[in-house]
Amino acid sequence: MDVLPTEKAGSGFQVRASAVTPDARVLDAESRAWLRDLSGDGPARDDAVARLHSLLLRAARYTLSRRRAAFPHLRGDLEEVALEAADDALVALLTRLDSFRGASRFTTWAYGFAVLETSVKLRRLAWQGREIPLEPEGWLSFADPGTGPAGTLEHGELLDALKDGIEHALTPHQREVLVAVALNDVPIDVLAERLGSTRGALYKTIHDARRRLRAHLDENDLTPHTSPEGDA
Amino acid sequence: MDERLRRLLGPGRPELTCEECFAELPRYVELELEGKEHDSGSDSLDARMQAHLEGCAACGEEHAVLRELALETRE
Repeated sequence: MDVLPTEKAGSGFQVRASAVTPDARVLDAESRAWLRDLSGDGPARDDAVARLHSLLLRAARYTLSRRRAAFPHLRGDLEEVALEAADDALVALLTRLDSFRGASRFTTWAYGFAVLETSVKLRRLAWQGREIPLEPEGWLSFADPGTGPAGTLEHGELLDALKDGIEHALTPHQREVLVAVALNDVPIDVLAERLGSTRGALYKTIHDARRRLRAHLDENDLTPHTSPEGDA
Repeated sequence: MDERLRRLLGPGRPELTCEECFAELPRYVELELEGKEHDSGSDSLDARMQAHLEGCAACGEEHAVLRELALETRE
């Protein structure tokens, strides 16, 4: 895939250019105007930056309004989170302005920065001061398929094989990351921050762990059908 | 399949990384809102995007919010 070199955004997320170059799509007038104003200098650029910050702040507030229900223990005014997210999104976006290829409207592209920064900050705030559970806690919540004795037996075999796979087929790091994120619902950004890692690096770990688990189930003829296609 | 089991095993298909997902998300969302078909070839960019959105809860959440936001601001 042809992508530009990466650079860290405020969230620590690696920002790349879209792999799709819209050669057949003409940049819309509004996007052209944003690029022109932000690439210039003087008062016109200052005004564009102020308008962009305002747009990012609205997007950050919207993200908070949509996501905070998932964290009912968070109380009070989260306006500071929105402001910090808008600030960080603005810096990240301006740093990567030359990676905008027009594969989408400029405003949709800009919203993406605000949504990312706000979402990461909200997850981290929600987990602030909480211990990260690294041991399996979610086994009991696996629903029995309820397809009679045969189904229950198969389900039990599947769980046994999964437990065995997690214990013996994964590396300690893979086990720690997969269990925390997939079983214990620890947000990947939060775990990355605690482990001094990045979201991208941890997702690669999860991806590799999943492949090993699937291979372990295959060896036991217990591969669940999550999709009609093969593994990555 | 149980949601937690799905989170444990992932989509089991080729997928983008989180960084690639972030870069492609605005284009992907606009295609969705325009009602256009994604390129659904099993190894296409959009198929790998879809797989990643199934496999990564964080990117999935951000996709949902960006889609709603883009929809709301274009109406």
